[in-house]
Amino acid sequence: MLHTISKPATTAILHQPHLRKANNRKLLLVLLIVACVLLVATIVAGIFLSESAMQTNFSQKNLGPSLSHPFGTDWMGRDMFTRCIAGLSTSILVGLLAAATSALLAFLLAAVAALGPKKADVFITWLIDLLMGIPHIILLILISFAIGRGFWGITIGVAITHWPNLTRVIRAEILQCREAPFVACARRLGQSPLNIARKHMFPHVLPQFITGLILLFPHAILHEAALTFLGFGLPPEQPAIGIILSEAMGYLSAGMWWLAVFPGLALIIVVLLFDLLGSNLRKLIDPYRCQE
Amino acid sequence: MLRYTLQQLLKFFLLLFAVSVVAFVLVSVSPIDPVQANVGQTAWLNMSEAKRAQLSEYWGANTPVWQRFINWLGAVVQGDLGISLRYNAPVASIIAQRFATSAVLMTLAWTFSGVIGFVLGIVAALHKDRLLDRCVKAYCFVLASTPTFWLALVFLIVFSVLLGWFPLGFSQPVGVSSSEITLFDTIHHAILPALTLSVIGVANIALHTREKCIDILQSEYLRFARSRGESIVSQIRHHCLRNIALPAITLQLASISEIFGGSVLVEQVFSYPGLGQAAVTAGLGGDVALLVAIAILSAALVFAGNLIANLLYGVIDPRIRRSGFTSFSDSVKQGGANASHDI
Repeated sequence: MLHTISKPATTAILHQPHLRKANNRKLLLVLLIVACVLLVATIVAGIFLSESAMQTNFSQKNLGPSLSHPFGTDWMGRDMFTRCIAGLSTSILVGLLAAATSALLAFLLAAVAALGPKKADVFITWLIDLLMGIPHIILLILISFAIGRGFWGITIGVAITHWPNLTRVIRAEILQCREAPFVACARRLGQSPLNIARKHMFPHVLPQFITGLILLFPHAILHEAALTFLGFGLPPEQPAIGIILSEAMGYLSAGMWWLAVFPGLALIIVVLLFDLLGSNLRKLIDPYRCQE
Repeated sequence: MLRYTLQQLLKFFLLLFAVSVVAFVLVSVSPIDPVQANVGQTAWLNMSEAKRAQLSEYWGANTPVWQRFINWLGAVVQGDLGISLRYNAPVASIIAQRFATSAVLMTLAWTFSGVIGFVLGIVAALHKDRLLDRCVKAYCFVLASTPTFWLALVFLIVFSVLLGWFPLGFSQPVGVSSSEITLFDTIHHAILPALTLSVIGVANIALHTREKCIDILQSEYLRFARSRGESIVSQIRHHCLRNIALPAITLQLASISEIFGGSVLVEQVFSYPGLGQAAVTAGLGGDVALLVAIAILSAALVFAGNLIANLLYGVIDPRIRRSGFTSFSDSVKQGGANASHDI
């Protein structure tokens, strides 16, 4: 819509690219806000709907998608749309908690590895290699075995398995930053290490950190759903996409395709939204890339 | 070369040791009561307190973790991985049998996803910013956010339930004696799970190959080749392929970890009796010996993938081979010097 407004070619051609860039940025901002609102709305709606998501109505069981039940109903007559929203809400909450914890952990470990003693660096790098050497799902199964299932079990499990990648990125960033001329200059000018970290390094690493944090959500949510699907995550009485899909497995051969297709699609949309948020936010907060 | 091999072997055993320590510690802090898990819920409830204590003594539930670990390690070194609780058989034999089934699946998926992703990446790069490129990018973007197990369910609905082309699950037809099972049956059962894994695995490698290929298509040597009048096929074959093969191979060998993880989910959906399904059964059923063994095996597979990638560099890239050779000859000289000192 916005770029259809074009000025006559005779006037101010030189200004046109500027205008379009500004519009792109604004468009992006609007897009990001819409994505955020959608996600928050899902969480809030899910919390309010969790009661009615469990409501059974045996006179309306096994119905295909229709106007009154857009996602159909299951074998107990529960409305699949309500169940999906409630499930997504739980998934997003677990994802948010786990990703935030994981990112904080990554930040702390990266800072210790890059700025601390050499031994700490060796140990943390080794730990990263070790954790990345075991397939995620196997590690998550082991951790779920160790600390039990349920909401907290899975949140902690996802949180302590997802930091290695981000730690690597931030560690490299801090190391690079430490050698940068402006940091050396600040050091020569007699700034205290704390000041250098706060004023010169932190703003430099922040965009990487925030993008990394948001891009952790998709992984966290997908792993939560996968683990719940396998039976290691949330308990069956809690609404969750993984539970819905694993229950749907038994009804697939009866041709009830809507039990599996719609919840999965809804999950994909949420994950895509987070992906979109993360990869575009970078353009807004990173001064180097904000002109793209 | 000898030094490199020894170094890698040492690294390998250290990794396996570390993984087994981590797995052991995780398993030992578990809130699951080993005696209850071993005898089952009903038997445990009907048991007297003395009997429970006797059993926990028998299974060594009261011995400290490090002592149990040493006992276990001693047995493993002698080739005894313990007895699986759920399958009631030696862990080693279960793993061997399950691994054979899973290997079929993972090899198929790994090869398909690698080849298709690589070709898609090149095709997209050649059509940069045009419809085909945008389709490939959109496909990869969506696929990267798709849960593997959901895709498996959708494939199951479409190809098995609605179309009836493929069986609903398992690795072999049900109710047929093993001597009558043909190679066709095995492949027929593996196609759908392997397809699911490949479709998901394509995304990563296609996007990376595309990026790399676009870089090379903009290089000066390729412009020169184009101005000489070389055909597209010749450009790709003689100038592009070697350069993009290296990152693609690295990536594909590093993706073994993801394929293994994906196979856990896919095997669960298709009731495919492989390692992944065994891992889930072991995890849910408190089968500690099997779980730890699978974790170690998966780590060994991932390590092997990375090692092969390192070795292949030299085969593909003559520059690395040459520099590798100088360091190799240096190390030989140093080794020789050390040896003469020792004498």
